[in-house]
Amino acid sequence: MYKYDQYDQSIVDARVDEFRDQVTRRLAGQLTEDQFKPLRLMNGLYLQLHAYMLRVAIPYGTLDSRQMRTLASIARDYDRDYGHFTTRQNLQFNWIKLEDTPDILARLATVEMHAIQTSGNCIRNISSDQFAGAAADEVADPRPWAELIRQWSTFHPEFSYLPRKFKIAVIASDEDRAAMRLHDIGIQLVERDGELGGRIYVGGGMGRTPMIAPLIRDFVTADDLMSYLEAALRVYNRYGRRDNMYKARIKILVHEIGADEYRRQVEEEFLAVKALGIDPPAAELARITAMFAPPAFDTDAPDAVDRSDPDFAVWLDQNVRAHKQLGHAIVTISLKPVGGIPGDASSAQIDLVADLAERYSFDELRVTHAQNLVLPHVRKADLYTIWQQLTDAGLAEANLDLVTDIIACPGLDYCSLANARSIPLAQKIAVRFADRSRDLGELKLKISGCINACGHHHAGHIGILGVDKKGTENYQLSFGGSGAEDVSLAKITGPGFDEDGVVEAIERATDTYVALREEGERFLDTYRRVGMQPFKDAIYG
Amino acid sequence: MKILTGNDLPTGDVTWWTGSGWSRHIEDAIDVGDQGEAIARAEEGARRVNVPYVIDATPTADGPRPAHIKDRIRALGPTVRVDLTLKPADPAAGSWVI
Amino acid sequence: MVESATETTLRFRDDEPHDEPAVTLDAFLAEQTNATAVRLEAGEDARALLPYLDRLALVEVSFPTFRDGRGYSAGRVLREAGYTGELRAQGDVLVDQLPLMRRCGFDSFAPQAEIDGEALRRSLDRYDFRYQAAADAAVPVWKLRHG
Repeated sequence: MYKYDQYDQSIVDARVDEFRDQVTRRLAGQLTEDQFKPLRLMNGLYLQLHAYMLRVAIPYGTLDSRQMRTLASIARDYDRDYGHFTTRQNLQFNWIKLEDTPDILARLATVEMHAIQTSGNCIRNISSDQFAGAAADEVADPRPWAELIRQWSTFHPEFSYLPRKFKIAVIASDEDRAAMRLHDIGIQLVERDGELGGRIYVGGGMGRTPMIAPLIRDFVTADDLMSYLEAALRVYNRYGRRDNMYKARIKILVHEIGADEYRRQVEEEFLAVKALGIDPPAAELARITAMFAPPAFDTDAPDAVDRSDPDFAVWLDQNVRAHKQLGHAIVTISLKPVGGIPGDASSAQIDLVADLAERYSFDELRVTHAQNLVLPHVRKADLYTIWQQLTDAGLAEANLDLVTDIIACPGLDYCSLANARSIPLAQKIAVRFADRSRDLGELKLKISGCINACGHHHAGHIGILGVDKKGTENYQLSFGGSGAEDVSLAKITGPGFDEDGVVEAIERATDTYVALREEGERFLDTYRRVGMQPFKDAIYG
Repeated sequence: MKILTGNDLPTGDVTWWTGSGWSRHIEDAIDVGDQGEAIARAEEGARRVNVPYVIDATPTADGPRPAHIKDRIRALGPTVRVDLTLKPADPAAGSWVI
Repeated sequence: MVESATETTLRFRDDEPHDEPAVTLDAFLAEQTNATAVRLEAGEDARALLPYLDRLALVEVSFPTFRDGRGYSAGRVLREAGYTGELRAQGDVLVDQLPLMRRCGFDSFAPQAEIDGEALRRSLDRYDFRYQAAADAAVPVWKLRHG
């Protein structure tokens, strides 16, 4: 894992001091709310429906037990004893007092954490593959590149007041576990002639106008990475639309001028920027990479697992994935108990997961964009005891990628932007389909409570968008989206439903799938093969 | 009726204008008539409230009921965590917002 | 060093303030190429000035709202091309944005609303280290790490 040196620590400490100063000025009336809002947002502080909400950055979703326990302590001491893991691999506290935030940030800084750029029209937390460093299919660990970008983007003087927010993801395998092409910039590390480089996609995103990012540059080496990103962002900062916030994301710019013209402008800018010498030397990437060296795996760890406990075997098959190291495995801890709130964890659960990471996973943890947690480096011999402890804590739901593993934004229960509630609908769907979930197989269901699409509904095999229909909650259903390597955008089925109506419609759609599926087909595959019509007939017929 | 709401600046708590100050409880909210904007400006200027705004509500025996579901959820708390609402002892409290 | 040239302009330069009023970019390009001071609106392309940098003494960049960040790029484009004259940020320039503007090469500020001197001093002195190279003299952290 990355460890701060004196420079990183000094910068984060100064940020705490700066925000303390800003909060003091706001409370004293020296800043209006209009002036303070972008300052607090740039430090992850929102004013939501019931209170301030603080979003803590978890860079590329990686953290250790000490950091995890600190999150639990903040939940206990400053919030209401729980936190919410988000689709950007971050954590949100829902009940924060403005006057407490400087002290919370100071506590975070003691464990190399912060809330820098977790909101605002700037470069957000860099996301990555939650299996980085553990996956057998990666060409390299993508996190050193993500860390390079994190440092470059932190308080970037030119790109702190962009037209709109800016999200970057870095992955390093063909299987996309991070919805890479639905980012403003998605980077896939690939190997060419023994050298590592990034394949750069620009202009993807969800929101009200979802787009899949086109390929803009097929290979950028680490030596050129910062210059290239600087050029890509500068073109956006200068020419991205500022007249309409709904058209201000880079995807609109790339779409309006076209990928070829955008590419040409970036290349031209790149030539100018490259001459400035702003790229860190190879030694810097090497320094960071050394901190992500694989842990000292037990090379004699037995590969066999005792499957005699049937409940354990179900969890093993569903939530445990292959590790690159023999005798080891990757465990996904579901934060989607049937009937629970997707992504929420109590401070006791957060503490327990920290204990498990420290004891069984080389002190490493991950947060996934699907709002689950991961123990990335577990000996197979320890799986059974881990499962037992998770079971006792209500964390052993065996539903990874099943219909009950729902991504849901906080929705109208918490969010001031939402038009409809997401969580109660997620709970209803999970309860209704829990018994059939294994038979339905991989089925990614995603719910957003408004058009901003924080619940990734455009990328759902089944996507649901909550809208406000004359003061009542209404839900639009869509099928066929994917945030994975087979990326696609979901299409709306037809007229919307009330809460019970949408559950009913999903029942009819999944019945249709079961009737039509061929051997080995997922819901998404059947939908792609037969098209919308049979589903439409079943739902509206 | 028109009622005035906002958030407390230092804590972020949802508050309602009572005629003489701000309360956490919507039951205390009064009809501000056409004075809402003026009160909002004065109170925000004095930093006794943050981002105040006027909403429509219906008077009921249990107090004002906001016209929009968003403000009903603000008045109560998250419907999915009744234990964290202002009515933690009432398991059916969430049905009030529908 | 902070010097007050006028009631409202903060200057971080040792030379004498430039007196000539700034002309618009259109006027500069079309007719008044003898002008030595130009004003760029937020959406205007700073690159249009690159052929004339050696004759310019003042470029004023407009920040119509503090949310409009185009001027940061304009500042860097001019400095990267070698412009050494006065670079002034004018408009909705606030104390919390000023350190970023300094890093983008601005050395003069004409804020619409007065900036509290004490808050400004704290703001400019706060960070000892910067992660990235920009248009100021700050040495990026990677260079401190590796020489």
